[in-house]
Amino acid sequence: MRLTVDGREIEIDPDPEMPLLWALRDLAGITGPKFGCGIAACGACTVLVDGVPVRSCSLPVGGVEGDIVTIEGLADGDTLSAVQQAWLDEQVAQCGYCQAGQIMSATALLDEVSDPTDEDIDNAMGGNLCRCGTYPRIRAAIKRAAAMKLARA
Amino acid sequence: MASIGKIARRTFLIGAAAIAGGVAVGYWYVSRPYDNPLEDDLAEGEATFNPFVKIASDNIVTVIAPRAEMGQGISTTLAAFVAEELGVPLEELTVEHGPTSFAYYNGTMMEESGPFPWFDDSLLASIARDAFSTVGKVLGLQATGGSASTRDGFERMRQAGAAARHMLLAAAADRFDVPAGQLETVGRTVVHKASGKSATFGELAVDAAKMSPPSSVKLKDKADWTLLGKPQKRVDMLAKVTGAPIFGVDVMLPDMLFGTVKMNPVFWQKPASVDLSKAEAVKGVVKIVPLDTTYGHGFGVIAENTWAAFRAADLIEADWGKPDFPADGAAVNEALNAALATDGSRLRDDGDVDVAFADAPADSVLEAEYAVPFLAHICMEPMNATARFKDGKLELWAPNQMPTLVEYLSGAAIGLESANVTAHTTSLGGGFGRREADTTIYAAIMAKEVEGRPVKVIWSREEDVRHDSYRPAAKGRFRARLNQDGLPAALDMRIAAPSVVASVMRRTFPSLSPAGPDGTITQGSHDQPYTIADYRVSGAKADLGVPVGFWRSVGNSFNGFFHEGFMDEIATKGGLDPVEMRRKLMAAHPAAVKVVDKVAEMANWGEPLPAGRGKGFAFTLSFGSWVGEIVQVAETDAGIRVEKVWIAADVGTAIDPGIIEAQLTSGAIFGLSAAMGQEITFANGMVEQSNFHDFDAMRIHQCPEFEVAILENYHRMGGVGEIGTPPAAPALANAIFALTGKRIRALPLSREVSFA
Ligand code: FES
Ligand code: FES
Repeated sequence: MRLTVDGREIEIDPDPEMPLLWALRDLAGITGPKFGCGIAACGACTVLVDGVPVRSCSLPVGGVEGDIVTIEGLADGDTLSAVQQAWLDEQVAQCGYCQAGQIMSATALLDEVSDPTDEDIDNAMGGNLCRCGTYPRIRAAIKRAAAMKLARA
Repeated sequence: MASIGKIARRTFLIGAAAIAGGVAVGYWYVSRPYDNPLEDDLAEGEATFNPFVKIASDNIVTVIAPRAEMGQGISTTLAAFVAEELGVPLEELTVEHGPTSFAYYNGTMMEESGPFPWFDDSLLASIARDAFSTVGKVLGLQATGGSASTRDGFERMRQAGAAARHMLLAAAADRFDVPAGQLETVGRTVVHKASGKSATFGELAVDAAKMSPPSSVKLKDKADWTLLGKPQKRVDMLAKVTGAPIFGVDVMLPDMLFGTVKMNPVFWQKPASVDLSKAEAVKGVVKIVPLDTTYGHGFGVIAENTWAAFRAADLIEADWGKPDFPADGAAVNEALNAALATDGSRLRDDGDVDVAFADAPADSVLEAEYAVPFLAHICMEPMNATARFKDGKLELWAPNQMPTLVEYLSGAAIGLESANVTAHTTSLGGGFGRREADTTIYAAIMAKEVEGRPVKVIWSREEDVRHDSYRPAAKGRFRARLNQDGLPAALDMRIAAPSVVASVMRRTFPSLSPAGPDGTITQGSHDQPYTIADYRVSGAKADLGVPVGFWRSVGNSFNGFFHEGFMDEIATKGGLDPVEMRRKLMAAHPAAVKVVDKVAEMANWGEPLPAGRGKGFAFTLSFGSWVGEIVQVAETDAGIRVEKVWIAADVGTAIDPGIIEAQLTSGAIFGLSAAMGQEITFANGMVEQSNFHDFDAMRIHQCPEFEVAILENYHRMGGVGEIGTPPAAPALANAIFALTGKRIRALPLSREVSFA
């Protein structure tokens, strides 16, 4: 089957029941999305399908239609997306393992709400676990990214 | 010579208990530096100056930061040590973990293994610290733990940078025929201003490496530091915001197979019978192999992809056998009670506690019983390792915290000497003390079954939760005798817990039985800077059979709760303000008092709070750092909300305040997560929890605001990665007492109250 991932067409031959996460990681070699739980409880595997954040560990690849964007497809060449840049500026990551998922969820949030409140952030990010406890900086980075995007627009 | 090292390495591994026999090693051996492992693997035109620095002809300057980067920022801090003295901006360096080598031994991790508290500056304590540091060096134990990496690298890595700079300048002086004193550096170039001559480090590297290293180097004074003491941009941040393949699970090798494990949910048992037919029928399964190891028994599933391996593992049917250890909560409790009835060993015994209580009026005595459950680590990156066995050699790629030991144990599991094993350490998606050698042992056995092809073995989250090296369950019985003035005249703490050291030894070196007390049982209670005339802390080992291990802050993680919860009770009974009481009891330790004062001032301690709010205080000295925390909670319709946390920490010398702030916050969230809701429980000898739905950690909407102050009053440098954890649970429990009047003495708190 064909998938469009980060603007590229990829050709893979998975069991249609295989979760998108493992099709991306094991078959297509796209390791940006991470495995954390396999039951849609941690958000490490979050990717965007047509702009909607989904937990790729719990989505059979056979049912996926639309453009997939992973953490690897956010930057434009060497130019980071506003969210990535804000993450860098705020020095958010510790171990970094959850951050691909965090950044994808934040990206989707800011595409929806340009100037999110704390409550918006809580609602959009509650499904993304960070075992290192980087939440204070995640919150700051989302606000910084929102400001950057408004300034860029 | 080699044989002493070998014997020492085999025989004496973990902590004081294991070393009790003592080993005579001459100074000639101890002071002999290990070979530079970088020499084996240099590119054309590349030169190495010491195990920490190499420079290539294209002017790439590589710094080896040989400690596991698990989020604590150690790669940045170690590289900054070199950068400061080499005189090169941090962002111009390439930073790598580097190879596995005894040259990267951690001498500091074991330094505090003797029976002396951190604040003991006596000659005897210093001699013991030197001796234990020497043991780390002789063993060549390359390990990340004990919040020791920054302290360990502080001298060595600055010297490495200074020595390399000295040699580069010497080579340039020869080449330009000018005195070295007239040279300066701009980035990675040596410049002679007067003549306009210059050469890059890369151009000088080969000649420079032939220069003899200086016999001694003068390191910069603290006042002259340009990088150290200031927040740096982390060297790993860009990779982490772009999804770069840096973790163990991201390893991709040609012709690679994928796999997972299904270990016996009843620890240590061999399955009585097994039916693999359904599992083997799953499409994509290559082979299912038995795993019989000192870590446990079970099966490794090798497949074409991870998902096939997961499904097959789920379909393994077995009679897993019966536990030979306390099989449920009631049995665990009974075993802890039995241990509490024994004397245990006393790592603190000031005055005469028995006499102090003998004539105590009943109303002057306070008694309480505390308990904490087993806990899992749940590193965000599940356990995993990749292995390839080919031509009698084993190659491993794994997020791990002790690569020299990983090489030894994983090789031994398939009959290989360490010399035939190479371990590559990837970035760790969290470590917290969990990353032991089980992952690489299993991967090695599996790889041997498909000789020539690498196998990447990723555990499901369910396996990860059910086969952890748990934070021990523990229980304590405490009593205090109060004076007329409300202060404690006597304090008697008795604590029972499984021995972490004994459990680790059972898995790693089962033929050795550790002797002597395990200080981790009372660590955080016996070594606190309180002065109480009659003060006794006893620790009793309770063998619960469950594998236990190092969990961020180890014994401090529960002793902090025990000691500081009970201190709060003493203050209440004595009618004293808990902060004021600490000031009095810690008066002999100015660094501690300053921490208490600072955090109290930040939190405006003592201000009248509106109804529905409460604050709690706690203090723990751990890993050489003095930490006070205040937690504020509020009653809301949805339950108790943790609103704000103030932290003051004296770390002696603060190398990177940005990273320290992140670690203090992280450590506190780790402790709060556990205190609020985590517990691992057992039924029929099997762990009942399995994934984040029943063993979760704090989420963003529960996360309080943080305010952090970093102090530098104490004269020795402390650790950073674990110190935020111990005071978090008691400060929260004490805040809940202030809010509700309910004294909760058993964790998790969610058994008694609900959180928003
Ligand atoms: S791995 Fe998909 S939500 Fe956890
Ligand atoms: S940064 Fe480690 S889990 Fe989030």
